[in-house]
Amino acid sequence: MTILRIQNLGKAYKRYFSHWARLAEWCLPSSPPRHHVHWALQDVNCEVQHGEAIGIVGMNGAGKSTLLKIIAGTTQPTTGIIQMNGRVAALLELGMGFHPDFTGRQNVVMAGQLFGFLVDEIQTLLPEIEAFAEIGDYIEQPVRTYSSGMLMRLAFAVATAQRPDLLIVDEALSVGDSYFQHKSFRKIRTFREEGTTLLLVSHDRNAIQSICDRVIVLHEGKVVKEGPAEEAMDFYHALLAARDVNLIRQERNTFGKVQTVSGGGEITVAKVRLLTGDGKSVEAVETGTNVRLEITARVNKPVEEAVMGFMIKDRFGQIMYGINSYRLGQAIEHLSVGEQLVFCFEFVMNLGKGNYSITTAISKMDSHLSDNYEWCDGGLIFSVLNTRKVDFVGSVSLNAVLSFQRVSPES
Amino acid sequence: MVNAQLKAIWSYRGFIWGSVQREFQSRYRNSLLGSFWAILTPLATILIYTIIFSRLMQVRLPGMNDTLAYSIYLCAGILTWGLFAEIIGRCQTVFLDNANMIKKLTFPRICLPVIVVLNAGVNFLIIFGLFLSFLVLVGKFPGWVILALTPILIVQIALAIGLGVFLGIMNVFFRDVGQFVGIVLQFWFWFTPIVYPASVLPEYIQPWFRLNPMVSVVAAYQSILLYGQWPQWSTLVPATLIAISVCLLAIALYWRRAGEMVDEI
Repeated sequence: MTILRIQNLGKAYKRYFSHWARLAEWCLPSSPPRHHVHWALQDVNCEVQHGEAIGIVGMNGAGKSTLLKIIAGTTQPTTGIIQMNGRVAALLELGMGFHPDFTGRQNVVMAGQLFGFLVDEIQTLLPEIEAFAEIGDYIEQPVRTYSSGMLMRLAFAVATAQRPDLLIVDEALSVGDSYFQHKSFRKIRTFREEGTTLLLVSHDRNAIQSICDRVIVLHEGKVVKEGPAEEAMDFYHALLAARDVNLIRQERNTFGKVQTVSGGGEITVAKVRLLTGDGKSVEAVETGTNVRLEITARVNKPVEEAVMGFMIKDRFGQIMYGINSYRLGQAIEHLSVGEQLVFCFEFVMNLGKGNYSITTAISKMDSHLSDNYEWCDGGLIFSVLNTRKVDFVGSVSLNAVLSFQRVSPES
Repeated sequence: MVNAQLKAIWSYRGFIWGSVQREFQSRYRNSLLGSFWAILTPLATILIYTIIFSRLMQVRLPGMNDTLAYSIYLCAGILTWGLFAEIIGRCQTVFLDNANMIKKLTFPRICLPVIVVLNAGVNFLIIFGLFLSFLVLVGKFPGWVILALTPILIVQIALAIGLGVFLGIMNVFFRDVGQFVGIVLQFWFWFTPIVYPASVLPEYIQPWFRLNPMVSVVAAYQSILLYGQWPQWSTLVPATLIAISVCLLAIALYWRRAGEMVDEI
């Protein structure tokens, strides 16, 4: 069942040259337009099925908030259609409409009414709200005496008092201490299991990948990528570095995984190989063995300086380890066209068994956000096996050693 | 469309009623005398005008000679004008005052002016109820004719809502409106025979009075409350027509600009 259908959605803001221009346009309908049209969103198409979790990512000003506001219903779209089947709750701004001089309970009733509940409904939900917010006797005190964490907790409890059909969550939402954050995320997860569709806006890769099935990447008001979480997040990270959609290529590599490449292309990686200690190129290594990561790059344009780095990610896209030439104290300067650079990173593969991917990055400086030459996600996929050492769980081999004693009670 | 709005208002009645209660409480909650202030302020105004106009300037109403008559005349106009001015004044800033809520929450915007009108209505009922009890006390209660107040109040409130909502929407786009309305309301007040009787004005101004819908409305209040006479209903026809047209204008403007309004706040 489709819960949300967005077709050719667009939102334009009018920018008048002056206040008089608007007056002139209102009074003289036949006069030429006296404003610029700024499109915050354009040609957005999207269909969300019941129970899905969708992530929305994008840089500042990409149109995320505008899209959420339209979905939440606070702003009207300029063009296109938006169809919604069910009740929407938006956790965008908590504590809106709270009045400092009134008690927590009075504010809960007021806020609930603002969400469209009747007083009777709120009365039945009240005990649950109070229990979830965990503010105890403070519920009878004016909210101006609350700490900001208490206020947020109460506001969150009201906003999620009843399971909505579509829940919009903004990452900027930070609800109190980490205990309550976990509690609120647990509540969101429970909603999901019960069939609530989730729209999550976040920059946090882990949050997005652990919750969302699908991710939409917005850039300059348009949907530039829509797909499985990991693939779309790779695209988004490439976008962060390249800032230009046209410089990003995604292709399916021999392992059936999607490889995302972006950057200016001044230096490009030609080959990535994982070698064992005796120099054999492998796709699978034993945990705890010495390995070499060999990256061969070609210089296409003369550059003054370069930093070569790599990251190892697990199958969820979480970064296991990453390092670069700059941090390892190797300066790479004055490169001319045609040169071939061979980097060899040596390390002990202390990862647990599983599949991992290598991301390579060449940029001008330590951070790839400035002058990104090339960023390549999923350049090499390898697996780590554990046939020789003691079998352990988790992704890091900490080589635990056991000593054991039995102390009998003194009689 | 009007039907849909009415439905929205009904389904948000809990919010509306809660807001009215809350505003009333919050206005007086942290003061020692509480809701007593709601009465004290207009009482002071009435006292000042009575002293200045009736005592010092010796303004006399035609056919009446006592100070009490002047006070009743004054109250009839000033209390109802207070309701009128409060609705207009608060409606024209209501969208800007609640900018945050409008931008962040989804609810029928039309609730906001409704809350303003109800709040003004509650304030008016308190003070006007006191005024009526005062009339009973001094033996000047006009009797059944008091019922004639209802239709006049409806016309006046309709005029105030229409103007207030119209100006409220305009104020979002052109912030000059807010400043302008304050000045206009002052002129309007003194251009309506509230403090002085219409008869003191020179003859050549009288035709201009017909352009002011509030003149007939206030005159009707005065005739009911002071003279105990039924108003001449025909004099209220223009005011009624103006009220209806202003309301239609406000609805049309709301219909066209409500969506755009959110982007401008």
